[in-house]
Amino acid sequence: MDLKFLDFEQPIAELEAKIEELRNVEFDNNINISDAIKQLEDRSQALTETIFTDLSDWQISQLSRHPGRPYTLDYVEHIFTDFHELHGDRAYADDPAIICGLARLNGESVMVIGHQKGRDTKEKIYRNFGMPRPEGYRKALRMMKMAERFKMPVICLIDTPGAYPGIGAEERGQSEAIARNLFEMAKLKTPIICTIIGEGGSGGALAIGVGDRLIMLEYSTYSVISPEGCASILWKSADKSQLAAEAMGITSDRIREQGFLDEVVREPLGGGHRNFKAIASNLKEALARHMHELKSVPVDTMMERRYQRIMNFGVFEESGK
Amino acid sequence: MSWFEKLIPSTIRTEGSNKKGAVPEGLWNKCPSCNAILYNTELERNFSVCPKCEHHMRISARTRLNMFLDEGGHEEIGKNVKPVDPLRFKDSKKYKDRVTQAQKQTKENDALVVMKGQLKGRDIVAAAFDFGFMGGSMGSVVGEKFVRGINKSLELGVPFIVFTASGGARMQESLFSLFQMAKTSAALTKLSEAGLPYISFMTDPTMGGVSASLAMLGDINVAEPNALIGFAGPRVIEQTVREKLPEGFQRSEFLQEHGAIDMIIDRREMRDKIAAILAILMAGRDAIAQRAAADTDLEVIAEADDAGHQPDQED
Repeated sequence: MDLKFLDFEQPIAELEAKIEELRNVEFDNNINISDAIKQLEDRSQALTETIFTDLSDWQISQLSRHPGRPYTLDYVEHIFTDFHELHGDRAYADDPAIICGLARLNGESVMVIGHQKGRDTKEKIYRNFGMPRPEGYRKALRMMKMAERFKMPVICLIDTPGAYPGIGAEERGQSEAIARNLFEMAKLKTPIICTIIGEGGSGGALAIGVGDRLIMLEYSTYSVISPEGCASILWKSADKSQLAAEAMGITSDRIREQGFLDEVVREPLGGGHRNFKAIASNLKEALARHMHELKSVPVDTMMERRYQRIMNFGVFEESGK
Repeated sequence: MSWFEKLIPSTIRTEGSNKKGAVPEGLWNKCPSCNAILYNTELERNFSVCPKCEHHMRISARTRLNMFLDEGGHEEIGKNVKPVDPLRFKDSKKYKDRVTQAQKQTKENDALVVMKGQLKGRDIVAAAFDFGFMGGSMGSVVGEKFVRGINKSLELGVPFIVFTASGGARMQESLFSLFQMAKTSAALTKLSEAGLPYISFMTDPTMGGVSASLAMLGDINVAEPNALIGFAGPRVIEQTVREKLPEGFQRSEFLQEHGAIDMIIDRREMRDKIAAILAILMAGRDAIAQRAAADTDLEVIAEADDAGHQPDQED
């Protein structure tokens, strides 16, 4: 079993392996079996389509944290040019779980801020599995304020299981760091475009997720607590994660129904991990479009709209006055 | 009564005794910290602080506000805002049923109560979380009422204070809850811009999404003694880092030591201290208001003079 494929992707993985094998046979023996290969490729495509048209919420949740999924630095490579990473919160440390940097989007200056996960074990540990500590959020805030000073839009790419639950993180004020970002982002005088590119894990995601636009990639998720966490609290069993995922409605389609999204960016067949270029190009088009819309509005109007947008979060009823 | 039970002094012979002559329910209370048996009337007189060990017991939102505000003249804000179930959430129980049950138990519509009132004669708006209502969890209603409280403060030009007691965001409302963190924090920017004091008074416990939004944003962050305050719960941290947590971890004293809160205030002194702090913070505004009032008085006098001179001017 190929660990780079999720269990529901295994049939695709097997076909892909067979195609690869046939290609090798064709090359090694210098024979023409391209018809057979083409046939298998069509079958693989059809199979992927079938599997992906009917994904469960839980499967999407797994896709959002697929080990092959593009991360912030992959988008930096494919979407932006002239990227200069900026490090550190100027107070305590640099947090590798959040990447910040100056860059250009279609030639225009922007500030890129995003969670970063690791690919191999070593990098995963270095990136702390994309779970920021307070210094990560404070670094992000420092960069946002810089963006405000130099009138650059802020592009946030969100992909984290959550803020890190550690002793040091608590000692250095994890709560305050997150709260401060929510407060400051609400009144930052420059456009902020937030995109969930993978896992939108609760307060750790929201801490770089308040802005003028909220975009989700098709197979990303966003929730108040991980399905596992929710299951272990409300069902008293982590095995019920699938139920929890469905109950919370964490997929892009469900969240769009809830009225929180400006756009869902479609992913290539089989998910973004099958084609970095395609997904990055879709996202780039969306980011550029939203950036232009926001830049064409006077800052005060944009700020007022952002505030109203935030105030409209929530549903309740009022009766019996 | 057995010979052994007779040996137990009658003052502590209360628990598990269903026999005739047992002390009526609600007259006695047991301190969850030192197990002392306490006379309820005395406990209430002591602001629900154990007189033996100083443990600050959890109290309901309404009790808190009645304890904190001057008597009378209270005006509840957002009283009729009630929760709905946008996701039709169901785990082992329906969210709707959980809400109904909590409403019955607490007699509140949701986990936040907001009041306009006075503290030692000064107008203020005060909000308090009710931990008894689904663990004081923050959903859409809590966020909305918090914002309305702030708007009332802005309208009246008075300070805003919140007493937190919450496990965090309410899972059953998923993103609707999570986004209340943004909503409450954004509203606080207006209070800050208006130069009105915001005091966050954290009580046991203040965790997760509430801690990581409105609770930590006070101009003054205060905590009650020994309250559990933090982002991640101690059990989650223990499982993650796989080591034993230090003594007193995430308690008020720990937070003060690490610079997260300004001070710890004993519940029995909260009225005095907060009133004194607000008087200092509001001194500038109060002076301007007084001067403005004096100016209007002068204007009234001047106008009266003008009126008196009018016949002369006609000459």
